[in-house]
Amino acid sequence: MLFNNKKRNEAVDILADRIVAGFSPAQDRPKGTDWIPKRATEPIRIEEASEALIAPSETIKDQLASMFKNNKVALVSAIVIVVFIIGTLFAPLFAPCDPYVQDLGNRLAAPSIHHLLGTDNYGRDILSRMMYGGRVSLLVGIVPTCIYMAIGTILGLIAGYCGGIVDSIIMRVADVFMAFPSMLLAILISYTLGAGMLTIFCALSFVSWGGTARVVRSEVLSLKEKEYVEAANSIGVKTWVILLKHILPNCVPTLIVLFTMNVPGNILTESGLSFLGIGAQPPSTSWGLLVFQMKKYLSKSPIATLAPGIAILILVVAFNFLGDALRDKLDPQLKD
Amino acid sequence: MAKYIIKRILVSIPLIIVTILIVFLLLQVVPGNPIAVMMGEKANPEVIAKVTEEMGLNDPLPKRFFDYLVNLVHGDLGSSYKLNRPIAGLIADAFPNTLKLAITSAIVAWIIGIPAGIVSAIKKDTLLDRFLMGFSLVGISLPVFWAAMLLQYIFGYSLGILPISGYATAKHMILPAFVLGWASSGTIARLTRSSLLGIMKNDYIRTARAKGIGETLVVVKHGLKNAMIPVVTMMAMQFASLLSGAVLTETVFGIGGIGVLMVSAINARDMPLLQGSVIFSTMIIILGNMVADLLYSVLDPKIKEQ
Repeated sequence: MLFNNKKRNEAVDILADRIVAGFSPAQDRPKGTDWIPKRATEPIRIEEASEALIAPSETIKDQLASMFKNNKVALVSAIVIVVFIIGTLFAPLFAPCDPYVQDLGNRLAAPSIHHLLGTDNYGRDILSRMMYGGRVSLLVGIVPTCIYMAIGTILGLIAGYCGGIVDSIIMRVADVFMAFPSMLLAILISYTLGAGMLTIFCALSFVSWGGTARVVRSEVLSLKEKEYVEAANSIGVKTWVILLKHILPNCVPTLIVLFTMNVPGNILTESGLSFLGIGAQPPSTSWGLLVFQMKKYLSKSPIATLAPGIAILILVVAFNFLGDALRDKLDPQLKD
Repeated sequence: MAKYIIKRILVSIPLIIVTILIVFLLLQVVPGNPIAVMMGEKANPEVIAKVTEEMGLNDPLPKRFFDYLVNLVHGDLGSSYKLNRPIAGLIADAFPNTLKLAITSAIVAWIIGIPAGIVSAIKKDTLLDRFLMGFSLVGISLPVFWAAMLLQYIFGYSLGILPISGYATAKHMILPAFVLGWASSGTIARLTRSSLLGIMKNDYIRTARAKGIGETLVVVKHGLKNAMIPVVTMMAMQFASLLSGAVLTETVFGIGGIGVLMVSAINARDMPLLQGSVIFSTMIIILGNMVADLLYSVLDPKIKEQ
């Protein structure tokens, strides 16, 4: 459970005041008439205070709610992301045309009522292809991020909690992986596995876990000194239970922030790889691949060529703004 | 200090060897004979067998790795299958282009990033701060290849002022440097801002203000000196990553650098060339990170004592 420290400290202060007031000699009591009546009229405050002590006060949910209420940029970013997810997920419902049907008589058409963003070199509707292609971009942005963050979290938990040689080994391996730019590793893996989605998934899922491991490890290092972990340890709770029940839940805010900040990187890498021709393969499509296909026609139909890139930019900007806001709210220490 | 430098260099050596090993293994686990894969189906099996033997591809893996390392130390990265030229020579030809691109775009990144970060920090929470940080965030979020094509369209096709591709004259360098520089400036601006804001909370800044020094002087003389330490480190790391080859920018603008070398190696399934260029790039990054660490320790005396 996540406690809001500020509220908790206030509660402790109030309780302490009451106790001190109760025991202090009459001449030290607050001047005026009110201390006994005040005490009598305010038992609820004390009860509230003690409640704040024992009950979880502000959960992640509350924190998020207050963030969206106060931070309009975060709210707009979240809405943009949701719109993108819905638009691509239900592409068959919303897409104006079939993204695979070629209309060779209508190649590279300029934007019109029928084709809002024009058509590609096979006469296919760009907007519809973007809606289908966005599925790939979002999927590759989100799923591999989940996978490598899970790997990083597990290894970070183990490294931080076990310490010693285990810690050294895990973190040295993390260093090696962090020295590799994910783009280079993806290029290498694409040689080995051949170009395609599987390559991108592997390249993005297993490379970038080092950063997560490092952050989780440092969280664990401070958390394992906490009294409740020591208490659990002393009554013989199993290590993995301590890790899962007492330490992991306290890493959740940090992980949420990291996730939001990592997704855009993966979206950009995927689009870059697809643009190089070693990512998504035709006839399936992604935003990067769309730009790649239309590259030759930049001077002829700039809108159709550049539109998919704008989609990437908007989505990535939205994720980055949301990530910034989440960090400020949930984990300001992550700033550097 | 000397002890720290030596220690840091020694730590990098196993890191470099392990990285080379990973690249080596990744490329050697490819199913099938790389010679056969590259030559295609029509190739004569006898020729394939002969070339395979000549290239030492029949040797056991550990021996091949060891041979490769020994050759690498001597500056020999093997020969390209396709181009039949020493890889070290190909890299030496491509590197000046990558170097030019890295230097010009780093300069753009610094010219945009550092002032933007400083102004943002001084004018914290104003409209100007929001605008500059928004600009930086867009820079970080920029799909580089797309921004490159956008600029090609505007300045190349529409206005016709700047060349669209190639890398012969100074004019050719403007667009690539701007694209890559903008993309890199975001990180610098954000770091400069947060670092300067952190420093300005210190007591010695309050003392300086209390002495009646003007705010500009406080920021420049007392704040920046310390705030720039992490920024300089980041600049070194970023420069290293630019030197390792900006694959996308080089591809869009047709700049014959390390990045394009890698992509052409992939397309031609030229394994030794890919291996050589990727190892070269990762070594630059590892060395760059090492230099950044050392720079940090030189600039920040607190590190030395640890």
